[in-house]
Amino acid sequence: MRLSHALLLAGLTATTGSVAAQADDLTGTLKKVKESGAITIGYRDSSVPFSYLDGDQKPVGYAYEICRKVAAAVKAHLKLDKLEVKLNPVTSATRIPLIANGTIDLECGSTTNNADRQKQASFTNTHFLTATRYVAKKDKKLDRIDDLKGRTVVSTSGTTNIRQINEANTARSMGLTILPAKDHAEAFLMVETGRADAFVMDDVLLASLVAGSKTPDAYVISGEALSKPEPYGIMLRKDDAPFKAVVDAATSALYKSPEGKALYEKWFTQAIPPRGINLKLPMSESMQKAFASPSDSADPAAY
Amino acid sequence: MFANFDFGVIASSLPYLFGQGMVFTVTLTALAAGMGVVLGTLIALMRLSGIPGVTHLAKGYVELMRSLPLVLVIFWFYFLVPYIGAWATRSSTPMQVGAFPSALITFTLFEAAFFAEIMRAGIQSIAKGQTAAAQALGLTYWQTMGSIVLPQAFRNMLPLLLTQTIVLFQDTSLVYVLSLTDFLGAASKVAQRDGRLVEMYLFAAVVYFAVCFAASFLVRRLHSRVAIIR
Amino acid sequence: MNYNWNWGIYFEPSPEGVGTYADMLLSGLQWTVATALSSWVIAFFLGSLIGVMRTLPSKAAQAFGTAYVELFRNIPLLVQMFLWYFVVPELLPESLGTRLKQLPNAPFVTAVVCLGLFTASRVAEQVRAGIQALPRGQGMAGTALGLTVAQTYRHVLLPNAYRIILPPLTSEFLNNLKNTSVALTIGLLELTARARAMQEFSFQVFEAFTAATILYVLINVVVIVLATWLERTVAVPGTR
Repeated sequence: MRLSHALLLAGLTATTGSVAAQADDLTGTLKKVKESGAITIGYRDSSVPFSYLDGDQKPVGYAYEICRKVAAAVKAHLKLDKLEVKLNPVTSATRIPLIANGTIDLECGSTTNNADRQKQASFTNTHFLTATRYVAKKDKKLDRIDDLKGRTVVSTSGTTNIRQINEANTARSMGLTILPAKDHAEAFLMVETGRADAFVMDDVLLASLVAGSKTPDAYVISGEALSKPEPYGIMLRKDDAPFKAVVDAATSALYKSPEGKALYEKWFTQAIPPRGINLKLPMSESMQKAFASPSDSADPAAY
Repeated sequence: MFANFDFGVIASSLPYLFGQGMVFTVTLTALAAGMGVVLGTLIALMRLSGIPGVTHLAKGYVELMRSLPLVLVIFWFYFLVPYIGAWATRSSTPMQVGAFPSALITFTLFEAAFFAEIMRAGIQSIAKGQTAAAQALGLTYWQTMGSIVLPQAFRNMLPLLLTQTIVLFQDTSLVYVLSLTDFLGAASKVAQRDGRLVEMYLFAAVVYFAVCFAASFLVRRLHSRVAIIR
Repeated sequence: MNYNWNWGIYFEPSPEGVGTYADMLLSGLQWTVATALSSWVIAFFLGSLIGVMRTLPSKAAQAFGTAYVELFRNIPLLVQMFLWYFVVPELLPESLGTRLKQLPNAPFVTAVVCLGLFTASRVAEQVRAGIQALPRGQGMAGTALGLTVAQTYRHVLLPNAYRIILPPLTSEFLNNLKNTSVALTIGLLELTARARAMQEFSFQVFEAFTAATILYVLINVVVIVLATWLERTVAVPGTR
């Protein structure tokens, strides 16, 4: 593993160098950004604390801040005096087509980096690791996956989670009714209002939804997980190596620096807007490793 | 029943609901209606032109749009427009189109099919003798259409065009599926953030009702006035 | 254009584990048709009733009919969908609200009720227009024959009115069919929702939406053919 990492880093440094050398000959996203003087960030409605709307309905979050830093790095790389950062809302269902069709240049949220998606888009270095679990009301006592048999569950359409619960439903013949929701907040609401018994999602998102709800004590997140911890990455257009090299270099430098750790702590161990909740999720060991040696691998075993 | 309602959430989000949401909805409706009528009129002219390929093209377009649900069309264009843009500008990378222009293009193209049918009926309602007279005076096709047929057709059909615009105003709420912040989108974002679905959705319904009811009332008055002049 | 076309995608197994992507779309088509037909039953009967009320001599009936039509016509369908799905259960007594929410096919039932009541307002307008388009003498003749108001409507006015409004009713039926797609926002797995799910799972945006488009066009053609046949079958001999 370490050898391939070293090779990867070497490769990246090499590409970054060569791109800087031929700045007049830009291609892809870098060329577009240089010509238009603008870069577009895709943000999410309710991926707390990664990318969501605060009290003033402005996007904020951990991944959102990383993207702002990436944008600054792109600006420095292109030696631009001014770079306009445009914002475009995306949902789990629209993010990949919108990256592919050029509506957005960077997708900052909670997008799982997996082999399937790498056929459609590229990912920069991992900024979080999370497993698929589900949240339910405590009084329903649904702690084991098998307890869900015959129930109605909700998940967000376009996520890896809805796919996993669909697969589990078939493999274990659970007889679930699976409702797709537009976004995480809507899905959580289905559980809150009793429309669904459980919401299947990445555990970190579930934890923040519960913490931000009116009655955090009424919910419990399942002990059993439906997947191994999987990496989150910021999404870029596929087959755009020069742009990816700049973004990779920027995120890698950020994650390895004390600033990266501070950024993590700001969003996961301190009070966050809009209501000042604290997620109390100190950096796990695997997260510390992922920051010490940044990687864009989609393989959960790599972390 | 309304005891545990929190109307404060509505009051505190009013600037956001109207300043951002309603402005988006109204701008989108007005621009899409304006552009839709122009494009719709062109399609109607194409359909009535009697030129084999052109007539069929226009008819096919109208029929296709009318047989598809708007939600599907919204998805289509949201993902497709950048590629069309790239093709139109001969660019190798997809053209970057923001959420608002993309929604505007979608609604313009979709509603044009409906406006086209209204304008077609309007053009056909003008007595053939008028066109014949214009030709006898030596006016060209475009002169005939521009200064004789279309102004009358447009005026006769104004109530229907406006009614269709009210439908369009309601239809813009479907951009919700793209997470854009129109009036309903703004209401639902507040509703989901604060867990106040009941209040926000009822409020949205009341606002839409008030606007559409008042607008259709005005259209009916206009209709009777136009009818008298005729 | 960096898009990987794959027209064979329809025959690849879907990640849901049962059947292919084509099966997924077809199951969506079934839900679309089932929702459209069920809600049309409500829309047709309720709409006829409201439409008739608007033509009755009774002022109260007229007022009720007008209020119904205005209420359902001036609120966007999507908002109505949310009202039925998210708001109504909260306003009911708790036990009933909970029962409603836990119905096995809650999105389907909600969509049928919502579309039925929404489309009824549009059917009502067509029925009213149809009745008002008839010569006033028809109603009077019914009265002269000693028919009650109900009999006059049942045997004289409505049979004629329906024949007149068959074409606009067909297009209301088609509108209702297209409107079922709005129910994807409350989790109904109809055709557009399935096309979108296929896009999300397979990433083949254009293939998924192309298939849905073709299916919608096909249903439209089928409905129009059936309506034309119906129009010819029920036409009163000698009227055309």
